[in-house]
Amino acid sequence: MRLILLTLLALVIAAGVGLGLTWTTATRGVDIGTLTIGAWTARPRSGTNEIDPYNRATVARSGELPIGTGDGITFTTTEDDNKKPLDGRCDVVVKGVTPPARFWTLTLYDKKGRVVANTLERYGFTSQEVVRNADGSFEVRIAARARAGNWLPTSAVDRYVLMLRLYDTPVGVATRSQKDAPMPAVATVGCPS
Amino acid sequence: MIRLLLTIIGGVLLGGVVHLVSVLGLPRIATQDAYSRIAAVSRDNTVTPLAQTDPSNALLPFMDPAFATAVCRYDLSKGPIKLTVPVSQSYTSVSFYTHSDVAYYAINDRSAGRRVIELDLMTEAQHEALPEEEDVTAADRLIIDSPSETGLIVLKALAAESGLMTQAQAALAAASCRVQTDPAAAPVKGKR
Repeated sequence: MRLILLTLLALVIAAGVGLGLTWTTATRGVDIGTLTIGAWTARPRSGTNEIDPYNRATVARSGELPIGTGDGITFTTTEDDNKKPLDGRCDVVVKGVTPPARFWTLTLYDKKGRVVANTLERYGFTSQEVVRNADGSFEVRIAARARAGNWLPTSAVDRYVLMLRLYDTPVGVATRSQKDAPMPAVATVGCPS
Repeated sequence: MIRLLLTIIGGVLLGGVVHLVSVLGLPRIATQDAYSRIAAVSRDNTVTPLAQTDPSNALLPFMDPAFATAVCRYDLSKGPIKLTVPVSQSYTSVSFYTHSDVAYYAINDRSAGRRVIELDLMTEAQHEALPEEEDVTAADRLIIDSPSETGLIVLKALAAESGLMTQAQAALAAASCRVQTDPAAAPVKGKR
């Protein structure tokens, strides 16, 4: 009787630990082969045959299609440079230059990967649309209320995800640091109190 | 007491095994992965345009709204596939995914180097069955080996400004993906 109980306990622990770990890793992702530059994170191998099992599990669970390496690369962030989570009620500035690429797009999603509804129907900027400074750098203001310049509306969602995608770019598996790939800074500049 | 401790340790170790098996198995058992979602709205070996990414459309998460997208869900069991995609104004790319959503090949308009991206997709067995001299003479034919018999081809055309979206969609509407019924005769009649 005791043996049966103990075996059952072991199996319950095994199922809890195993499936719990799988759920956590498939939802949050694992830092294998990630490339982190400033606030931005990319997984260059996710667009190749060499995608790791954790990443494959994440992709299968979320239903997204990773961008192929011959096409481009995706950089994601949910935090600003000071590790503060991006908040749709605050003003966030994405400012600077991007790594060499034929085109890039900056897009704002909710946590589930949907673009956020707004009256302008503006969900992001492409490298061609964005208004630049004389030196070629740009500044995108992400805020709930209208702002001058490149305004990206948040519709005051609680948390959001920014994705910077580079298309036809040398950035990839061989890229290591900010020097190879200068990513724009992400800063929260003010929150309504 | 010792027994209980051993049980817990044993349970945790077994949990590690469960974790590994479930991580590796997840892509096989997932029913809401991209391939399954696209399979529900597309037909075999036909280019199907996907609805524009907007707040109400959640077919796939994290799609780039600046792109017009179309898919061809392929099945190579009836023979190799010929894919033709006219290049749009700004940027066009073609990405290949296996049935389990692994991106194994992607090409863009510049690396294709032509006004039209033309590709032959076949399994490795079908590639080997090609007559050898044909493979050489038809050097301008780009042949891609698919690791799986079924999979997805995703065609994307960039609308660099939002007003250019209809043009990007039109470029993809002219794309085609169809089975070459007779692979041996393909280079002759395949040149359209």
